[in-house]
Amino acid sequence: MDKVNIEICMGTTCFVMGASGFQEITNQIPHKYKDQVDICFKTCLGFCQNNEYNKSPYVVVNGEVISEATLEKIINCIESNKNG
Amino acid sequence: MANKNQANHLRREVLIRTIQSFLSDNFDDKVETIPFVMRPKNSKASYRCCIHKERAILRDRAIAALGGSLEQDDDMKSLSSYAREAINRTDISPEVLTILSDACHGCVPSRVFVTDLCQGCVARTCVGSCKFNAITIVNGRSVIDSEKCKNCGLCIKECPYHAIVKRVVPCEDACPVGAIEKGEEGYAEIDFDKCISCGACIVGCPFGAVMEKSQIIDVLKVIKAGKKVVGMLAPSVVGQLPVSINKIAAGLIDAGFSDVYEVAQGADLTSEHESHDFKERMTKGDDFMTTSCCAAYNQLVEKHVTELNDYVSETPTPMWYTADAIKKQDKDNLTVFVGPCVAKRKEGLNDENVDFVLSFEEMGALFVAMHIELADCKDYIFSTKSLASSKRFGYGGGVAQAVIDVSSDREQIKPVLVDGLNKKSVRELKAYAAKKHCPHGNLIEVMACPGGCVGGSSTLNDKKISVKEIKKYSELD
Repeated sequence: MDKVNIEICMGTTCFVMGASGFQEITNQIPHKYKDQVDICFKTCLGFCQNNEYNKSPYVVVNGEVISEATLEKIINCIESNKNG
Repeated sequence: MANKNQANHLRREVLIRTIQSFLSDNFDDKVETIPFVMRPKNSKASYRCCIHKERAILRDRAIAALGGSLEQDDDMKSLSSYAREAINRTDISPEVLTILSDACHGCVPSRVFVTDLCQGCVARTCVGSCKFNAITIVNGRSVIDSEKCKNCGLCIKECPYHAIVKRVVPCEDACPVGAIEKGEEGYAEIDFDKCISCGACIVGCPFGAVMEKSQIIDVLKVIKAGKKVVGMLAPSVVGQLPVSINKIAAGLIDAGFSDVYEVAQGADLTSEHESHDFKERMTKGDDFMTTSCCAAYNQLVEKHVTELNDYVSETPTPMWYTADAIKKQDKDNLTVFVGPCVAKRKEGLNDENVDFVLSFEEMGALFVAMHIELADCKDYIFSTKSLASSKRFGYGGGVAQAVIDVSSDREQIKPVLVDGLNKKSVRELKAYAAKKHCPHGNLIEVMACPGGCVGGSSTLNDKKISVKEIKKYSELD
């Protein structure tokens, strides 16, 4: 089964607006998904341009962009990718 | 207070929009629209009863971001007039905190009460434990008479079902010195004669109702006027953003600063001086000495524990030494300390060499507002190198260790860490002063924030990660 690809933007804007809380995400996602996700921390992915910084932090799960990302939103997205 | 708190996002967005308004060609009008841009027509309220209430609170946040006081606000004044005041003022407000009474929940007063877990047991230890006869049994359950109850909490300890709890007012609970209390209207008020600016209420309030009065507009003004503005980065800045301190400094240069210094260079002198001071005091026969670099602790001694005065090292802080060096180089330099805490603002106001103080949060907002991507910045090379031990001033234990490292008589020093000021640690400090003796050691490092500066109220990253990054950085060379 393919792994779910998670890209976490660690650009300055996303970090200030909340991505700092994702640095230890590997330990925060449910244990059952641990081997099924590929987590990758990125420098600025560019979503904060065009004044959309207020929607940061941004996380991309299998190509789907999550704005105002929270741990809950990310986990929900992993679940729908696994079950969908 | 890294990012577990949703109020941070709102506060930072308001700061960013305030900065962008200043940088635009129409400051007054842009600022005026902030609450409406953030909560446009037909949008849904995220946290409060309606968008109108949320807009009112966003207006309050913008006032604090402009450096205004909510205590003097009359609701009729427009944000644009606050913006004009910010542009025209030459002095910075002497009080550094402000309470947003619109945001304050007006929590019900702190009191002890019996929950549904009460089993109406035979032992009735609660009744037996109460010294004020405040507990009776009604319909087989314990009931506390709030008129008689003194909130002592003895019944809480005695109940075998843990059925009795104390409901707290978080800001009052967090304040180590009883400086914040609900006023007549039921909303929190700060008694500035008692306040030590530690920032515990900012962290404690779940409604984000306490804010620092920002000096960001004051700093942007002098940059715009073409002055030489020199940044001073506190040692705890390392690890606050996902790049090196050299890139953070480069970001400040991009934002218009003319030069950036590491405050660790001042810490070199602080530890040197403090180790001499320690030696002299011990030779004189003193029992202990406390460190002097935490600004909130210094205010605690000044306002609440004056008997400790004789035990506090007379050593100036790293910020003092750094600002002094920058002014000596060129008296026209304007100095901006960038740090994690509220109390440094207060220290800055009393230090003629420190012109402004910004928080890490304001610095972060500045980068976002100006689209400065730190990872793309070139490394800024600091003109002065500091000792490895000075780079570790930012976490608990680092200051005492730095004093030991430069001391000629290391064996003599027995460090003790007071890790965070709270009601209990303040009592302990008072006891050391009263007995003229500290049973745990002779060099007491006092940090108002748990974990040291990395645990400050306006930090951007998790404490543990920050400590790891600081250690890594200090071992670089």
